[in-house]
Formats: sequence, structure tokens, C-alpha cells
Amino acid sequence: MSSIVSIKGLSKTYDNGFEALKNINLDINKGEILALLGPNGAGKTTLISTICGIITPTLGSVTVDGNDIIKDFRKTREMIGLVPQELTLGAFDKVWSTVNFSRGLFNRKKDDRYLEKLLKDLSLFDKKDAELRTLSGGMKRRVLIAKALSHEPKILFLDEPTAGVDVELRKDMWKIVRKMKDTGVTIILTTHYIEEAQAIADCVGVINNGELLLIEKTKTLMDRLGNKQLIIELRDSISILPQELDEYKLNLSKSGKLITYTYDSESGGESVVKLLKSIGDYGLVTRDMKIEESSLEDIFVNLVKKND
Amino acid sequence: MINFRAIKVIYLNEMTRFWNTLFQSIASPVISTALYFVVFGSAIGSSIQSIEGVTYGLFIVPGLTMLSVLTQSVSNASFGIFFPKFTGTIYEILSAPISFYEALIGYVGAAASKSMILATIILFTANFFVDLDIAHPFWMLAFLVLTCVSFSLFGFIIGLWAGNFEKLQVVPLLIITPLVFLGGSFYSVSMLPPFWQTVTLFNPVLYLVSGFRWSFFEVSDVSVSTSLFMILVFLVICLSLVSWMFKTGYKLKE
Ligand SMILES: Nc1ncnc2c1ncn2[C@@H]1O[C@H](COP(=O)(O)OP(=O)(O)OP(=O)(O)O)[C@@H](O)[C@H]1O
Ligand SMILES: [Mg+2]
Repeated sequence: MSSIVSIKGLSKTYDNGFEALKNINLDINKGEILALLGPNGAGKTTLISTICGIITPTLGSVTVDGNDIIKDFRKTREMIGLVPQELTLGAFDKVWSTVNFSRGLFNRKKDDRYLEKLLKDLSLFDKKDAELRTLSGGMKRRVLIAKALSHEPKILFLDEPTAGVDVELRKDMWKIVRKMKDTGVTIILTTHYIEEAQAIADCVGVINNGELLLIEKTKTLMDRLGNKQLIIELRDSISILPQELDEYKLNLSKSGKLITYTYDSESGGESVVKLLKSIGDYGLVTRDMKIEESSLEDIFVNLVKKND
Repeated sequence: MINFRAIKVIYLNEMTRFWNTLFQSIASPVISTALYFVVFGSAIGSSIQSIEGVTYGLFIVPGLTMLSVLTQSVSNASFGIFFPKFTGTIYEILSAPISFYEALIGYVGAAASKSMILATIILFTANFFVDLDIAHPFWMLAFLVLTCVSFSLFGFIIGLWAGNFEKLQVVPLLIITPLVFLGGSFYSVSMLPPFWQTVTLFNPVLYLVSGFRWSFFEVSDVSVSTSLFMILVFLVICLSLVSWMFKTGYKLKE
């Protein structure tokens, strides 16, 4: 798959000397959804802002579809749409005029039909003559999305699109993102919600302290790094685990009926078989069992903890 | 390749505020001009003899126009760029496929246009009170355009520089207004004692008002070419300042 955004050795030191990005190398594949995860202050917004031209990089280079973001900024910026993290909108502008403004700013010919459809898709059309200050937070977020999509970008950056958004709108947002993806748009979003990355992203990047700790296919990542849990339900409750099973670091529930075994999904397969055999050997009868995979969240927490 | 569409939408967007508050935009200059005429032109002016053959009522018209044009150019242009910086909406301009100069043309063009409209309204209002004849319409327009553009540019620079609302207001209040009042807007410099005449020569507004007044009545404090030269110098200074700011991303871009 070809990469559409290519970041090489990118560093950003702010004027106050703070190093917000440290030697970032990243290739973003065309047509994919990339989720950037990272705690507050990790450098997600700084990274996005740099690619979009809002912040000047200190070191390194970024190309978008083969064009350098500084030398060929007109070409690269015309391809990019950005939904900022903050709800930054002019208070007295009207929805329709602000969307038209964005389209013109990005050098696209007026196209009322396209904008009308866009607003309809975002359930904004009946608000098209409303002043922005009269809209709710969720609607403002939609307006920002409409502005970002007004010039039909090939790459869409969403900086925390679902922060402070209710469940309904979040689901809506995911739908929009998937629809954009279907039309071939590459999407980069930042989020604090792991479930979000897990649900919609093809690829996940984890940033902490300005470093890109990891970038991987969502699925591979969960397969590779995830822990699994084997939960065994016993027919008869026991009060204490046999000492011989100590090496498995098992956890016995209060009821004395559930045994939990946590293992590494990469290497743990054999130990499960051994454990099950041992349990039988000690005369415990298994009534049922299930395996649970750990979520991206655990992976994330582990990574960030190590980095700190 | 210049992004003309972007310049156009920035310009029109800046102008909408003017049209949205059209009544205020027109009413306030009309009322203040009328007030000046009642106070200076009629009440005080009747006891002031004519200056170099021009009645006092007529004499103050160019200065009065300049007073409004300068203050409005600076405040419109500085607000125009300060506000997006303040609210954060500047992100869109910064991420758009335009250079700073295209944004500048949009913002400064709009501020200058507003000042031109304002000047027109003032001159029309003045025409109700006095019989206004313009000796050199071309030069009148030239001085007006140059002034509107250079002071809108100056305002733009202030808007970029200002980190807060106080700074934004301090310049028009503490610099522009005194300069205009002391720059011979309402009197001829020759009426001052020699020492103050010399001091006034350091006031850039003197050259604007003088040149502008000459285009109406062929009466001036300094020669017309000096006026023209000084305005151009001011314009060049502003342009260099702004290009330096753009080159360094000064207060616009981290
Ligand atoms: N203009 C600035 N000057 C100095 N430091 C800054 C500036 N902007 C951001 N920083 C610092 O850079 C770091 C990264 O900030 P950034 O906004 O990129 O984080 P983030 O990952 O987007 O966080 P969040 O999840 O809270 O949005 C933070 O420590 C922040 O304080
Ligand atoms: Mg952020």
C-alpha cells in the first residue's frame, strides 16, 4: 500500500524551549484510518498542526502525496482538511457562509449543490442560516467538520472529534468517518478513547512525551501485545488453591468457583494446556471456561507506563 | 500561483460585518461630522477668520475626514486580524493554501475599503454644511487611497503585535488621536509659534492632512511632493515591517 503522508525525523521545540515532538518517523497509508493515542500533552495536536502548516517544524520533513509541506504548501494544504480540537468558530457567522468561506479559502469553486449535500449529511441543513453562537457544542463540532470537508479534501485530520460528544453523536461521527474512508479519504484522528481506536481505526499510533512509541495495524497490535485471560468455572467451590499451581499466579474468586489465569497471547498457549491438565490432576472438576482478550486500553496503559 | 478565491472570501467576509451593521456604519460618521460642523464650523468657526482665503468651515473638512479615516483604518484593520488570533479561528487561515500576503490583501483591502466608504459618507455630509469644491479630484483620491491603505496596513501590524485588548486600544488612543489633533487637522501650522511648527514637522499626519487639503483648496502647510513622499515612506516602512513579521512568523505561527 502506498503512503500518502510521510514524516521523517520530525522534531518540534517550542519557543519556550519545550520539546513537544522528538524525531517522529511515520508513514500513513492512503485510504486508511489512523488513530493517534496518547495522554494529555503527548504531542498529538502539535503533530497534526505541523502537518497542516499551523506550526513550523524545528527539524525534519513531511511530504503529502510526494509534496513537501513547506516548499509546496499550496499543493499539500489543498489536499488537507482539519477539524481542530477546540470549538473555534466566529460567533456571528452563519453556518452557510462559514462553510462557503472555507471552500473559497481552500481555492475551490463555489458549489452550492455539494455544500447542501454536505450539510444534509451532517444534519446541519436546517440550521444553515443560524448564527454559530446559537448552536450547541455538538452542532458546532459538526460545523467544524463541514468546514473541513467543504473543499473535498483527500486527507482529513480530526483532532479529538469525539471529546465532549454524546454517545449518539459519537456513533454518527464514526459513521461519517467510515463513509469518508469508503470514498478513499485518508483519515487521521486523535483520541483518548481506546474503544474508538479499536472500533474504527485500521492503524494505531501511540504517542507519549513527544515520542511515537508504536505504530501498528490495530489487529496485529492486539494480537501481538495483548494478554488473554482464561477463566475457569469449577463445579464445586474450593477455599484455597493447591500450592502446586502457584507458578501460574492464579486468582481465585470470592465464591471459590472462578479461577482466572492471565497469560501472554504470544507464548501462553502451551501453558494453558498444562494448567488445564494440572487442574484435572488435582481432582478439580471444570464446569465451564472462557477466554477473554485484553483491550487496546491495557496495551496502551502498559506502553505509556513503561515510557514514563 | 495566487489563490484569488481565498483573497476574495477573506475580503467579503471582512466586509459582511460592515454591511450587517450598515446603519451604525453610516449613522455614526454622519452624526459626528454634523456635530463637528455645528461646534467648529458654525459656533467657533464664525469667529475665526478665513485661513489663506478658505473659510474655517471649509478648511476643517479634509482634517475631519482624515481624523475618521486614520482612526477607523487602524481600528478596523487591527481588530480584523486580532480577533481570529484571539478566538483561535486563525487556524483556518494558517492551514489554508495561501501565503501570508494573500491574507494581508484580504484583510487590509477590506479595512481600506471601509475607510474609503467612510470618507465618502463624511464628504457627502460635509457638503450639506459647506460648498465643497475639489480642485484636484485625482490627487484627492490618490491621497485618500494611499492613506487608507497605509494606515490599514499599520492597523494590521498592530493587530498582529497586540497580545491583548488593552494593547489593541492603546495605540489608536495614545498615538493616532493625538497625532491627528496635533497634525494640523483643525488649524494651519503657520498659526503655531515657530518652535511648535518645527515639532509638528515630525508628525507624519501633518503631511497627510496637508496634501489632502491641497487637493481640495490648493492650500497646504508643506509642499505637495513632500506630502506624497512622506506617505510613500510611511507605506514602505509598514510594508517592510509586515514582511519582516511574516518572514519570522512573528506572533502568528509557532
Ligand atoms: N505554544 C506552545 N508553547 C509551548 N508549549 C506548548 C505550546 N503548545 C503546546 N505546548 C506543549 O507541548 C506539549 C504537547 O501539546 P499538544 O497540544 O500537542 O498535546 P496533545 O497530545 O494534543 O494533548 P491533549 O490530549 O491534551 O490535546 C504539551 O506539553 C504542551 O504544554
Ligand atoms: Mg490535543
